Amino acid sequence: MSTDPADVENQRLEIRLLLEAIYQRSGYDFRGYASAHIKRRLDHVRARNRLASFCDMIHRLIYDPPFFDEVLAALSINVTEMFRDPHFYRAVRETVVPHLKTYPFIKVWHAGCAAGQEVYSMAILLKEEGMLSRAQIYGTDINPPVLETARRGIYPLEAVRQYTTNYQKAGGTASFADYYTAGYDSVALSADLKKTMLFSPHNLVTDGIFGEMHMIFCRNVLIYFGDDLQEKVIKLFLDSLCNGGFLCLGSKESLRFSAHADAFEVVDAREKIYRKRHVRALGMQGEP
Amino acid sequence: MRFGAVAIGASAGGLEAVGTVLAALPADFPLAIMVVQHIAPTADDTLAQRFQRRCRLPVREAEDKEPILPGVVFVAPADFHLMVEPELRFSLSREERVNYSRPSIDVLMETAAEVFCSALTGVILTGASADGAAGLAAIKRMGGRAMVQAPETAEIDIMPKAALAACAVDAVLPPADIGAALAALAPGA
Repeated sequence: MSTDPADVENQRLEIRLLLEAIYQRSGYDFRGYASAHIKRRLDHVRARNRLASFCDMIHRLIYDPPFFDEVLAALSINVTEMFRDPHFYRAVRETVVPHLKTYPFIKVWHAGCAAGQEVYSMAILLKEEGMLSRAQIYGTDINPPVLETARRGIYPLEAVRQYTTNYQKAGGTASFADYYTAGYDSVALSADLKKTMLFSPHNLVTDGIFGEMHMIFCRNVLIYFGDDLQEKVIKLFLDSLCNGGFLCLGSKESLRFSAHADAFEVVDAREKIYRKRHVRALGMQGEP
Repeated sequence: MRFGAVAIGASAGGLEAVGTVLAALPADFPLAIMVVQHIAPTADDTLAQRFQRRCRLPVREAEDKEPILPGVVFVAPADFHLMVEPELRFSLSREERVNYSRPSIDVLMETAAEVFCSALTGVILTGASADGAAGLAAIKRMGGRAMVQAPETAEIDIMPKAALAACAVDAVLPPADIGAALAALAPGA
């Protein structure tokens, strides 16, 4: 949509109303998302459907359920791959896993897991480190269809070449082909990886704390959130981690601009691996 | 708006051209500078360091939600779109490529134009792409300024020519002169 100065504020108002309509109708809350991002995504849908304005989109999404689903799909970004950013997984293996091995049992949470590629990556890594039988891995996302893909663990064959390269660069100790069965045009990841996984819907914006986690992955999700919402979600992670638990963000995300930065120590600044500092129980002071 | 900004877009041949523009800026340059240089998605994060060697201002790769500051050169990271949020912060995105590019010059310029309005200057340099043409037109529509590298001085003239065809630009100059013209801009411009 071509914008001139007089329209900018009006369009921001229209978008606020549109996001309010989505929230009231479905409970999906995009009101705190990064606004430049939201506007671009909505404008794609508007142009594709030849609608004149964001206000016209409000009417359509109230009365036309398939259109509502189209808008919802446009607002979620689900691009990921297995062992994405291989050097990150190498750092997890070399720096984080030795700490995880000191626990009898660990809980790992992939927040915003999309179709599950990073969940399976972590399961493979833990298996090679002899940790898989002592782990429970949770994958959550707001988007039920992608969670179903994650549960199935079936990915297109053409993606496997990239996954294999990533796996090798990430320091994999076996052969990536050991972990899947190839079909005609897709691969199915092996069932024993899935035994430790639990996929469920969870909305970082509106849902609460998720267990006492030893490790949380949330990579390239926070970039789509506005700064206030980011703060809220970082606090949610802080409260969901056990003392000494690890938080892993995307390669260009950081806690540098967060008020909660001091609650974490930086484990690997380049790979964006953080660790929750041990909190002394201040409330206990002075008690017998 | 307390300070203005410059958005620079370059593709093939851009390392030299962007470096030349940045080299012309004084150490007390009062505007924020944002650079999208097309680069392989697998590139490491050394692009900012390469520009830093020729620039008196601090140059760094933009991080997500980083506050935009005057007198700093922010470079888009490889494989992410760089956007400007109304709160004067950057946001990054891995949504689909625009004009076969991520980062895309159009994405930076269109989002920056809506925030900086008339206080934004867009610069399109060498490249074999039409990326940036729509973005530069958006800057003009919002009352900002547009500068384009003189096509005959560009290593590849496709991108400057596409930009020139997309809108009425304010200056068509070689990179060193674009740098000098930017250096002459007032703080709020």
